[in-house]
Amino acid sequence: MAQILETINATIKFGGLTAVNSVSITQEEGEILSLIGPNGAGKTTLFNLLTGVYRPTEGNIKFYGEEITGLKPHERVDKGISRTFQNIRLFHEMTVLENLLIANPDCHRESIWEAVFGGRKLRQKRQRVVEKCEGILKAIGLEDKLEELATNLPYGKQRLLEIGRALSTDPKLVLLDEPGAGMNSLEKEELSRLIYYITTDMKKNVLLIEHDMKFVMGISDRIVVLDHGEKIAEGKPEDIQNNPLVIEAYLGKGIPEDDDD
Amino acid sequence: MKILRNPKQKKVLYGIGLILLAAFPFLITNSYYLHVCISIGVYILLATSLNLVTGFAGQLSLGHAAFYGIGAYVGALLMLNFDVNFFLAMIASAVVSGLFGLLLGLPTLRLRGDYLAIVTLGFGEIVRLVFVNWAEVTRGPLGLPGIPSPSIFGFQISGRTAFYYLIIVLVLLTLFVMNRIVNSGVGMAMQTVKIDEIAAESIGIYPIKYKLIAFVVAAAFAGIAGCYYASYIAYISPTTFVYNTSVTILAMVVLGGLGSIPGSIIGAVILTLVPELLRFMSDYRMLIFGALMVFMMIFRPEGFWGASKRVKNIYKIKAGGGKNGSDSGDNQRHN
Repeated sequence: MAQILETINATIKFGGLTAVNSVSITQEEGEILSLIGPNGAGKTTLFNLLTGVYRPTEGNIKFYGEEITGLKPHERVDKGISRTFQNIRLFHEMTVLENLLIANPDCHRESIWEAVFGGRKLRQKRQRVVEKCEGILKAIGLEDKLEELATNLPYGKQRLLEIGRALSTDPKLVLLDEPGAGMNSLEKEELSRLIYYITTDMKKNVLLIEHDMKFVMGISDRIVVLDHGEKIAEGKPEDIQNNPLVIEAYLGKGIPEDDDD
Repeated sequence: MKILRNPKQKKVLYGIGLILLAAFPFLITNSYYLHVCISIGVYILLATSLNLVTGFAGQLSLGHAAFYGIGAYVGALLMLNFDVNFFLAMIASAVVSGLFGLLLGLPTLRLRGDYLAIVTLGFGEIVRLVFVNWAEVTRGPLGLPGIPSPSIFGFQISGRTAFYYLIIVLVLLTLFVMNRIVNSGVGMAMQTVKIDEIAAESIGIYPIKYKLIAFVVAAAFAGIAGCYYASYIAYISPTTFVYNTSVTILAMVVLGGLGSIPGSIIGAVILTLVPELLRFMSDYRMLIFGALMVFMMIFRPEGFWGASKRVKNIYKIKAGGGKNGSDSGDNQRHN
């Protein structure tokens, strides 16, 4: 199995605060990797390092063996990394279909010349883009809502649409930042089915942050635990569940009976 | 607005509109009315182009009159000093204005909101001061008189009627280009930049690129408007291209509706007509004008024809292979 993503001692400091401290993680082709940790552990900050929103103070990030530490966010999307956000950032005033269209590289890379003078060829290209987006809409179960404004969708559907938008960039790796937040158990089932669909049918890789332990333990192949910006554990779900360091990070020290979660 | 949804009826309506526009000079021979129409046309060029920057790409620009002025001076100087044909001069105006758009945009489009507004405002002032002080070329505050009229294949365009038809052609051309840009991947990318830059970056869009495109295209069309204006009025001076003009254009865009091309047209029509209609009470004209703007912003902050009326599904391709859902989708969208 090939290594797709690798951070080497990734560190970022904001003034005196070290939000992520020398974290090295790797992800193999085809595995679902999860990042967990208590609030403020640095999970989202690590995501922002991976997607280029922040530059690491120290350390490197490699994607398929290629150094991407210095690349801007949109350049990393071109390399094949896309993401969703913890607080949904859809284009609310646009329709469901438009949200996917614009994420397709063939759509936003249209040149101005093409846009003004394009004829049949452009129309055919656009038709192909629309068809691709419809395929994704089917996968996320929104194929009957394509003319709906994104803002009018229920919360759970908005999350799905954001995942759809990330898929529409045709990525190799999708970073999902708390995809299940605010979803009910039914929607969560739908979500885990979607994640399996992404990894097995679409052959893309998934790296996710999630707080719902049941969900994480069920879906992940491997889990990395962060606490106070440092990696404290890494391994298969069952190992993580029984790791004393992890239990301590979540529940505190000294009350060994208290492990009801 | 259901009538406008049917493409056949739409074509008929457009046809009637075009015929009316073409027949206008024959119906109304008063040259003052023609002059007002021509002014509206020039402002439609300016407002739709600024709308691309402010309404679609979401960048507040207070220096649009500078590009208008650059176009006017470049066109006028080429026609006066080098005897260049009007249409070549117009292309040169567009190119030079566009270049200045690029020059202004490159360093400043990293700024957002108010900061960008202040830089563009400063740019507008600098350009005006150059017109005033670069006397050997621009004759300073005296302005440039005697700018020739255009001629096509030896046929001289002069008189208001001819200029009226010329501006109609320019407006239709501009509207066509703007429509194509707005309803394309480029236009959609501009709107994502307006809505949420971080989200736009997360799907591979480089915000600066689309802001620059909007800036350059808008500047080029303002340049065309400037060159036309120079030739029509036959005299230009720095007083036309002041901060006030920039604000008027911006007011048209906002009043008509940000991010809507029909909105810009409506805005240009209203804000050109109202001051003319209020001429009889010249002392209070600007007062009433101001009050009108305030009321408008309170009761219809979206403008007369805001972005909510825009064409959804920008690609205008019926999804689902056109088999189903397209009709019902059409109807529910615009209620």
